[in-house]
Amino acid sequence: MRAVDRISFRIDSGEVVGYIGPNGAGKSTTVKMLTGILTPSAGHIRVAGLNPVRQRVALARRIGVVFGQRTGLWWDLPLTDSFELLRHLHRIPSARYRENLELFTELLDLGAFLHIPVRQLSLGQRMRGDLTAALLHDPRIVYLDEPTIGLDVVSKAAVRSFLAEINRERGTTVLLTTHDLDDIERLCGRVMVIAGGRLVYDGSVDGLRGRVNAERTLVVDLAAPAPRLDLPAEPPGARVIRVDGPRQWVAFPATASAAPLITAITARHEVVDISLREPDIDEVVRRLYLGGLRSSAAAASSVGDPSGTDDPSETGGRSATSAK
Amino acid sequence: MRVYVEVALRGFRRHATYRSAAVAGAFTNTMFGFIRAYVLIALWQARPQLGGYDVVDAVTFAFLTQTLIAPVAVFGAPLELGERVRTGDVAMDLQRPADFQGWWLAADLGRALFALGFRGVVPLAAGALAFRLDLPTEPHVWLAFAVSTLLAVVVSFALRYLVALSAFWLLDDRGVHAIAGIAAMFFSGLLLPLVAFPGWLGAFARALPWAAIIQVPADVFLGEHTGAGLAGALGFQAAWAVILLALGRLVTAAAAGKVVVHGG
Ligand SMILES: Nc1ncnc2c1ncn2[C@@H]1O[C@H](COP(=O)(O)OP(=O)(O)OP(=O)(O)O)[C@@H](O)[C@H]1O
Ligand SMILES: [Mg+2]
Repeated sequence: MRAVDRISFRIDSGEVVGYIGPNGAGKSTTVKMLTGILTPSAGHIRVAGLNPVRQRVALARRIGVVFGQRTGLWWDLPLTDSFELLRHLHRIPSARYRENLELFTELLDLGAFLHIPVRQLSLGQRMRGDLTAALLHDPRIVYLDEPTIGLDVVSKAAVRSFLAEINRERGTTVLLTTHDLDDIERLCGRVMVIAGGRLVYDGSVDGLRGRVNAERTLVVDLAAPAPRLDLPAEPPGARVIRVDGPRQWVAFPATASAAPLITAITARHEVVDISLREPDIDEVVRRLYLGGLRSSAAAASSVGDPSGTDDPSETGGRSATSAK
Repeated sequence: MRVYVEVALRGFRRHATYRSAAVAGAFTNTMFGFIRAYVLIALWQARPQLGGYDVVDAVTFAFLTQTLIAPVAVFGAPLELGERVRTGDVAMDLQRPADFQGWWLAADLGRALFALGFRGVVPLAAGALAFRLDLPTEPHVWLAFAVSTLLAVVVSFALRYLVALSAFWLLDDRGVHAIAGIAAMFFSGLLLPLVAFPGWLGAFARALPWAAIIQVPADVFLGEHTGAGLAGALGFQAAWAVILLALGRLVTAAAAGKVVVHGG
């Protein structure tokens, strides 16, 4: 079977790219190919100028990887033992090592459990340990495969601001796989969606909303309960979807402007308050997944914005991916 | 190079965290030392000078090999690598900028050192208190024994490494591990010293890599090898170490090149 099929993309230095898709879509498979531990059956991959499979060891010095469900830490030993070993493994200069460890300890709040054996850590604590381990050697690129899986809101927030900071301060390129769309909205300028092994979207998070037939919603508070609002012809598709006393909900295409709608409603009715709700990204993604699965079953109507296909050395055929 | 020393250190320390397991292991190894000593005493009283050992040699063999069991781990716990292949955790190991086999060897040497120092000395010490043992008196024999034990651990590692790698193809190395354990039990000399194996079976068993794990270090300890014979014995171990490690490297390359990594 084909776990991934004709995937092609290019990631520029310093980007934070979200990589999402339903279970079994091929996200982890892509990450494994990008690190060189899986060999694609066809296609072409370059990461940081290297061939991941043939130059796996050289590449490993330049990248960091977190597989959320796995750990690279020494289970029976305190966290610091694993970190110290990484210092030797990556030959990190002592001063740099201390500086990084201090910073990460602060940002990820590791202080309380640095000296506790990993097997006694909670999932969230261990994950923060693994994140640190992936970044201690100042990699240019990090692949994070579900780094927020199973974390509470506080830990998630800590991980997100940590990643944002690392990206901002060091220009680290981040490829982030997740099922938590908040991660994507808060961190990623760009998102790639994979479904059924095919890339079905590649572009901005906002563009994602426009991509499917998403709708925005106006919540209109009237002075008094009234029958259904009398809506203008513009934009087409606008309709009242719910009435609850003086409050009514008006849905309209996400791509259309809200201005004419608001003008018309306020002209015709006595309005106390109006608020605008963006389409729920969960809903957007759900539609995209379903559409993606259908189209990849039907065949080649895939790929959103093929950014980077201008550079032939960075793209490829079946299961080809690239990151730079 | 430094990183492998650090790995070995951690291999030592992580086993040191399981003290009660070490104590239980030392106790069991000692108990079996006594049982085996009495079996061998009975055998050597019936067949004195069997295989060139006298009864004191045989008793010493029993306790010494109980001492070696834990460090060379012939049928002890398999390399954790097999389990990591099975679960896919090996993905984390494969993306380390270090030699894959060297990493696992270093960790295993650390483990063996702990096993020898904190668990292995007990059966030999207990045996020496209860029986008259044939302990080496000359320092160079102790030195040769140390080298031989190190080589035994390396050969044992190289075998267990191959067993663990089989999980890349078989999905699970436990079956292979069980078979390898039985082979090791028989051909290492642990069940019965290989010197007591008759004719061609003895010659065959003494040429196999398992002989390098138990029989050879024991004979070095008993002073059975001297001069060129000693060099030959250590050379025999070193040759198996090199062959099996090289084979391990070939298999590693084959595994890394085409085998799937389990788990999402
Ligand atoms: N070792 C393997 N052998 C065979 N098929 C595999 C293997 N690993 C994954 N697959 C298949 O490849 C496809 C992609 O799997 P992958 O792990 O990349 O999904 P994913 O996008 O990471 O999903 P999830 O969100 O569940 O982590 C799935 O159909 C899966 O069944
Ligand atoms: Mg996955």
